[in-house]
Amino acid sequence: MPKPTITTANPLTERLLIAAAVGVIGLLIIVPLASVFAEAFAEGPAAWWRALAHDPDTRHAIWLSLTVAPLAVAINTIFGIATAWLVSRFRFPGRSLLITLCDVPFSVSPVVAGLALVLIFGRQGLLGPTLASLGWKVIFSWPGLVLATTFVTLPLVVRELIPVMEAIGPEEELAAVSLGASGWQVFTRVTLPNIRWALLHGVVLANARAMGEFGAVYVVSGHIAGLTDTMPLRVEKLFQEYRTPASMAVASVLAGLALVTLVAKFVIERQLEAEARELEAARSLPDTLAGSGTPPDAGPPTSTQASIP
Amino acid sequence: MNSRLLLKPLFHRSLALAFAGLLVAAFVGCSGSSPGPGGAANRPKAIELLNVSYDPTRELYRDINAAFAKHYEQEHGTPISIKQSHAASGSQSRAVIDGLDADIVTLATWPDVEAIAKSGLIREDWQHRYDNGSIPYHSVVVFVVRKGNPKKIADWQDLDRDDISIITPNPKTSGNGKYSFLAAWGAAIAAGGSQEDAQKFVSAIYRRTPVLDTGARAATATFSQKGIGDVHLTFEQEAHLEVDESKGELEIIYPKRSIRVDPPVAVVDQNVDRKASRHAAEAYLGFLYSPEGRAIIAKHHLRPWGDNPPPPAAGETWPAIETFDITFVAGDWNNAMKKFFGEGGVFDAIYQPQAGK
Repeated sequence: MPKPTITTANPLTERLLIAAAVGVIGLLIIVPLASVFAEAFAEGPAAWWRALAHDPDTRHAIWLSLTVAPLAVAINTIFGIATAWLVSRFRFPGRSLLITLCDVPFSVSPVVAGLALVLIFGRQGLLGPTLASLGWKVIFSWPGLVLATTFVTLPLVVRELIPVMEAIGPEEELAAVSLGASGWQVFTRVTLPNIRWALLHGVVLANARAMGEFGAVYVVSGHIAGLTDTMPLRVEKLFQEYRTPASMAVASVLAGLALVTLVAKFVIERQLEAEARELEAARSLPDTLAGSGTPPDAGPPTSTQASIP
Repeated sequence: MNSRLLLKPLFHRSLALAFAGLLVAAFVGCSGSSPGPGGAANRPKAIELLNVSYDPTRELYRDINAAFAKHYEQEHGTPISIKQSHAASGSQSRAVIDGLDADIVTLATWPDVEAIAKSGLIREDWQHRYDNGSIPYHSVVVFVVRKGNPKKIADWQDLDRDDISIITPNPKTSGNGKYSFLAAWGAAIAAGGSQEDAQKFVSAIYRRTPVLDTGARAATATFSQKGIGDVHLTFEQEAHLEVDESKGELEIIYPKRSIRVDPPVAVVDQNVDRKASRHAAEAYLGFLYSPEGRAIIAKHHLRPWGDNPPPPAAGETWPAIETFDITFVAGDWNNAMKKFFGEGGVFDAIYQPQAGK
């Protein structure tokens, strides 16, 4: 195949295009982000800290976000691993349907998701009377927030795991089972080590999305200050109450979390790439070497085989 | 494919595990709901009320709540804390019907409270439980314009000019939006127009409304903070707050006449009986009629009901404005809802979202 050549436009067009790209990124990402921090610290770091730590409602919103997001991510991690494993290891009726269902939250508007929860768990909803008689509150309380957040972040872990599990294949798991490993042993010593970076990647993405979720949570929260306002809801509320610096202070925390996520994502992606290269390398090894029982990466599979009695 | 049979026993086990995990998560989620992750663990048992209100009353109830909590604790020795929920009045009404655990509702329009009563949460006689049909304060719809009134907007007929862009929230969800609609309609009738004239005038207004926010406070942000529009139709108290916050960039214009805004209040019977908070909830609404409550209400530029309403501040007086109410515009709220805001009503007929504008 001939090497694809790029028709070089004249240098001026090239420069203009680069300038346009930089301009768009600057205008859409860097300027808004910088202005959030500028507004947040407009009255100095002391005022920033006061806005965050001395307002009980804001404090509660931060605490609530830090509770709801991990809960939702935990649910999605359990669900995501199980689903990805089923889908990548077995062919069963309804398999494609299951994969499609996992993608539904991507195509459904979060607001619709929130309303659907209200229709199910609301007082007039399907389960409303049952929940009321038990004295359980779901909608307009934090379980509703967890449910809504879980729904919108549902595809992120599964979607991350399926291709990786497909690529790795069942061979190592089969080997472990044939050597007498229990299900839990296979999972903790073979499957999990193999997917750990992809899993972490999914978890980080899901967490970022969970922290920032607004639409679905807005519908089910009931807007009770100091009770069901998460950080994004608090940002909006403060902004509407003419407390822009305080609002931007909360926004800056959210943005800060996003930046941390970005760094984590970057590190994990590099690990994932490295792992993909290793897998590739292991595949292309001559049979004699690969069959010798010492995989070149000397990673988890070795330890698995060694420790199964 | 055959080799996969080896993994088969794990298939069901992992399936069961996945579901068990989900169930546990769901169960923990539901059953732990009463204290919430906020952890009200070791504080002394205080009464907690939830006041579900509309958008422009945030500042009012912050002050009312502080004053009432002090008053109630002095009177009864029980500490009390009041939580607030604010959004568009119509959405709030819907949320209470769907299970938002309000002890008290203080909403913008009669139909919003009536809808909750219809759902069975509030007893039908709610209007007769407090003075003035359970309406402790009034407001009027006024205009907010940019500094120096550059577009020379003085009265309703000025809104029917092509160079004017108007901000008002969506009358379907917002009480503020409903009152603005009704104020415009009533103003056209009061100026001697027919129903057709009124409809023409109101459609002209919505043709010049570039954004329809869902609630009053979002509309305020659109006008004052995002700088969209020449005139903002809103409640007097919201207008004052908006102008005060704008640091001289905005001013209020009182039209010759406008609609009287009647925001009703009610105790949500079923909720207070279940939570055993009726006493505090009723005292709370009673407080709105007390001298102390009325003074706070006036301070926030809402006009307290009753004789000799206290002024917003010492030495100030309430600007005179000719008012009409819902009976003048539509007979009553049921008619207004059906005729103007219901499915296929006047608003549906005249409003086309302005794509690409």
